[in-house]
Amino acid sequence: MITTTAIESTAELTEQERAQAARLDAVWSEPRGFWGWFKAVHHTTIGKRYAVTAFIFFLLAGLLAGGMRLQLAFPEAHVLSNDLYNQFFTMHGSTMMFLFAVPMMFEALSVYFVPLMVGTRNIAFPRLNAYSYYLYLFGGLMFYIAFLCNTGADRGWFSYVPLAGPDYGPGKRPDFWAQLITFTEVSGLAVAVETIVTVFKLRAPGMSLNRIPIFVWGQVVVAFMVIFSLPGVVLSSTMLLLDRTCNTQLFNPAVGGDVLLYQHLFWWFGHPEVYIIFIPGTAVISTIVTTFCRRHAFGYLVLVLSLVATGFMAFGLWVHHMFATGIPQIAESYFTAASMMIAIPTGAQIFCWIATMATGKVVLKTPMWWALGFFFTFIMGGMTGIFVASVPVDLQIHDTYFVVAHFHYVLIGGAVFPLFGAISYWFPKVTGRMLSETLGQITFWLFFVGFNITFFPMHLVGIRGMPRRVYTYPPNMGWTTLNQIESLGYVLLFIAVCVFLANVSRSLKTGSLAGPNPWKAGTLEWATTSPPPHYNFLHLPTVNGREALWDAAPNQPVVIGLDEDARSFLTTRTLDAEPEGRDEFPRPSIWPFLAAIATSIAFIGSIFTPWGITIGAIPVAITMIGWFWPERQPAERRRAREIWQSE
Amino acid sequence: MILVHVPGFPGNQTSLNPVGPGAERIEGEFALIFWITAIVYCLVLIALVVYVLRRRHSLNIMPEPMPTTPQSDRWAKVAVSGAMVVTVLLLFIMMIGSFVTGHALGNMNRETAYTIDVYGHQWWWEVHYPNDEPDKTVVTANEIHVPLGVPLRIHGTSRDVIHSFWAPNVQGKRDLMPGYETDVMMQIDQPGRWRGQCAEYCGEQHAHMSFYMVAEPGPQFQQWLSQQAASSVPPSTPQAVRGQQVFLGHACVMCHTVRGTPAGSRVGPDLTHVASRSTIAAGLLPNTIGNLGGWILNAQSIKPGCRMPPNHMTGSELQDLLAYLETLK
Amino acid sequence: MAERVERPVLDVSRLPTVGFGTHSITWWGIMGMMAIEGTVFVLMIASYFYLHSRNSEWPPHRNPPDLLWGTVNLALFLVSVIPNEWYRRRARKGDLRAVQIGLVLLSLFGIGNVVVRYFELWHLNTDWSIDAYGSAVWTLMGLHVLHLVTDLVDTIVLTILFFTSLVEGKRFQDAEENAAYWYFVVAFWIPIYLVIYWAPRWLHA
Repeated sequence: MITTTAIESTAELTEQERAQAARLDAVWSEPRGFWGWFKAVHHTTIGKRYAVTAFIFFLLAGLLAGGMRLQLAFPEAHVLSNDLYNQFFTMHGSTMMFLFAVPMMFEALSVYFVPLMVGTRNIAFPRLNAYSYYLYLFGGLMFYIAFLCNTGADRGWFSYVPLAGPDYGPGKRPDFWAQLITFTEVSGLAVAVETIVTVFKLRAPGMSLNRIPIFVWGQVVVAFMVIFSLPGVVLSSTMLLLDRTCNTQLFNPAVGGDVLLYQHLFWWFGHPEVYIIFIPGTAVISTIVTTFCRRHAFGYLVLVLSLVATGFMAFGLWVHHMFATGIPQIAESYFTAASMMIAIPTGAQIFCWIATMATGKVVLKTPMWWALGFFFTFIMGGMTGIFVASVPVDLQIHDTYFVVAHFHYVLIGGAVFPLFGAISYWFPKVTGRMLSETLGQITFWLFFVGFNITFFPMHLVGIRGMPRRVYTYPPNMGWTTLNQIESLGYVLLFIAVCVFLANVSRSLKTGSLAGPNPWKAGTLEWATTSPPPHYNFLHLPTVNGREALWDAAPNQPVVIGLDEDARSFLTTRTLDAEPEGRDEFPRPSIWPFLAAIATSIAFIGSIFTPWGITIGAIPVAITMIGWFWPERQPAERRRAREIWQSE
Repeated sequence: MILVHVPGFPGNQTSLNPVGPGAERIEGEFALIFWITAIVYCLVLIALVVYVLRRRHSLNIMPEPMPTTPQSDRWAKVAVSGAMVVTVLLLFIMMIGSFVTGHALGNMNRETAYTIDVYGHQWWWEVHYPNDEPDKTVVTANEIHVPLGVPLRIHGTSRDVIHSFWAPNVQGKRDLMPGYETDVMMQIDQPGRWRGQCAEYCGEQHAHMSFYMVAEPGPQFQQWLSQQAASSVPPSTPQAVRGQQVFLGHACVMCHTVRGTPAGSRVGPDLTHVASRSTIAAGLLPNTIGNLGGWILNAQSIKPGCRMPPNHMTGSELQDLLAYLETLK
Repeated sequence: MAERVERPVLDVSRLPTVGFGTHSITWWGIMGMMAIEGTVFVLMIASYFYLHSRNSEWPPHRNPPDLLWGTVNLALFLVSVIPNEWYRRRARKGDLRAVQIGLVLLSLFGIGNVVVRYFELWHLNTDWSIDAYGSAVWTLMGLHVLHLVTDLVDTIVLTILFFTSLVEGKRFQDAEENAAYWYFVVAFWIPIYLVIYWAPRWLHA
């Protein structure tokens, strides 16, 4: 037995606890100073970097959208030339999808919160985690530097061939797009593997499968989806690069190539991609609804199975992006059916959440407002999804503003609304301060109203015949007024985001102190200080139920016995989370950063010459070897204390 | 039937103003989905609002978490299960509707259809009316006349990148792709000029790649067709003769055909009957002398990135040229 | 809420620090990598057959790749399984000498595979830039070359490491996982070999 201070209390830590905190701090603290920044390996540090970087890309993409809305506010306007507009919409879409949505909803949220929610001290493979962040950052920088040099991608965010191919996409624009994919895909795949391993092996004792928080389930499902879907775009973008730089003929119909091969490979990835963005949104909604309705989410099993079902079914829909290509009717029927049926698990989740509200006590704070906004917005998007799932109807609305409206409703409704909810929910945990509730609600209402003014009319203008990706349109089509309303709506969205940024910057300095658990929530991230120390938990917890804090026994045990002079951690069994072994996280290291530099040189070099990869591989190999080469003193220490598993 | 229509979308290039069986069938399925989803959306959100208002906790502190009681969850189980059953049922209805519509569209008469070949280019539409007799073959661009009330087969492919042939009043769209030949069936039952536009991003001037389907009664259509099949009439006025010389002496012949003259290039639209068309530049400009003159002098200033270079000529050369082109009816 | 709580403790200090298979974090990581790379291979094979379905002649106007070198490599790969499995099992027992021998053997096999692969590439009977068939064959082959070469470099580095004084339990885990990854490289060669060398012969219709 040991004496611990209850996490919510105001009493000072006991003397033993203060000593323990000091020892943990000495081992786990992140390196300081300029070079220290490049050696960081703790998941909260990297998670914050992902979040801030992704949000900056969100703002950049939002500004690009502003340029587009300005150009479209008047028929045949000359605000942006056709060339610039085509770069703007491509940069906007690519940034939102590859540099904001997945890095924020999956990588940032997963990296920061999954280790905390499962009760461990760091994410699995911490140096890989750091490496993945640097690659993401460098890829984004490359993409925007190219844009600023008038070599911005301009073939749309999916960059179809032959338009993006060697014959019709001159220069390097599509090559920068294709390499952006390479950077961000390596990053995403790395975090996917880390997430799965963290959740499978690093959970707190007692956190059996049926006690894993729904948020964590969501991120695990997404991680699996990333692993099996990203290879599609890996291949399609690599093939595009090969056709453009090495003279392969994979997409050249004149010599046996096929333009639809590109589309199949891309959408194999592209459809799961949107669920990769949306499922973390639902994971956040489950979390917020639980906390702000003050009860365990209704229908845990249904919610988890729905996440898994959605993850599987998402792989069976991709051809619905290709309905206009003239596929055989039997294929059309299958993909229509599948695209409609995926509404079933999503519907199940929605009904479970409403049931939770109907039988709970609803507390209307900012995070809950965003959750409600999610319902209004995402469900509308889901409804228009049924229109596009039906082949005949899709043949009218595909590639028009109707579909632009649909995907903004599901993506902004399904990811951005939950994201703002997540930010207002977890800001206190990450920074230690509360956001202003008043400014939070103002932000919500401005954003909600602005969003609907901007995007609802797009349904109408699409039905009225306005195709997408057009840099301008003729007058007298009946489109002008609707476009102007949409452009005015953007102003509200812009103001909303400004209010939000003001809220954040003010609260960072003068927000009220949050304490460990201001929302009295149930999951483990609230069982430590705000912000968490670099060792996450003073005492590694054990768990007694789905909501670890709500279901904790009065004297819930804690874990002792890990080495305190090294970054020791506990591994547990996958199914029942019984303690299984001990392992050691690596210390801060410069190698992930150096390896990322080497990798970036290889990737960017290969845009300009095929030798980029072959010669570039050498510094990559050198930095990787440096990374994995063991240090003498830790190796000797571990060898002296080894206990081998009995066979 | 109230289900068959959705309120107020008159006009051109609108999928909800069908002028033929294709678009009409689609509108039916659209309406079915619209009414079902609109009603479901409203019901779900009303339920949401009602429950939030009823269960709202008004104090400013977070209440302690509630234990979940078997009673509360049993009622919720029934309600959620019921909602799921209704959801699946409604999805099935919409899905069956989709299959029925798709089947009907697929069964539109293929054997008796009148075939028109369309080739997508960056950024215009090449149109051929094939005929077993070669001297009756018609080649034109961007303006597609069709006989009224007759099944049509648009046989299409692309000469460069992927385009999409879409006349929303008539039928759903079909992508035109290099390496693929595709057939899409349609029929127009209302006379008029029905506007269409490319619906697959195809580069710099995707925004300005439109066409018109002009539906005329049979005899009128045949008259148009024979006129289009004819070679160009030699110019008779001195100005037109000079204009023909300008045409043949400038870069025009590098890209354009005028049957009856040595100009036979297929890079750009066939101009044999350009004066009979109501628009130029793929639906971008009305076909007036002024517009045509501006287009010839500097197409780049009107449709930047298009494949037509600026043409340098004196003012009088341009006037002569325009006079000649006017004769190409 | 009581400010001080007496809690029972869960003492984990006697748990093992060296575990293999599902007990090893890095083993799971390697499995993740195999899932990713495996999916890439599967999609590339699917792309090969997709292009085949769009071409009436396959390969178009030339011979399929010569069978000799590819089959030699197949044989080499399959034989290498023997020392691979042997040293993998000895690694789980911490047998330093066995792992050293095994890694040296696998390094030699790997070098052999790379040399034979070089000859394979010269006897594919096609260039990658002629048409889609040539591009598909070279791309599929290129993916496997990439895996073969990176695994060889990994193996050589690990071999060197096992002759230093830095060996500890973790390194035996690395050895087992290295053997597992070699299985992956070998296992995927079988379908790729069949696709590149035999599919054009069998699907001649």
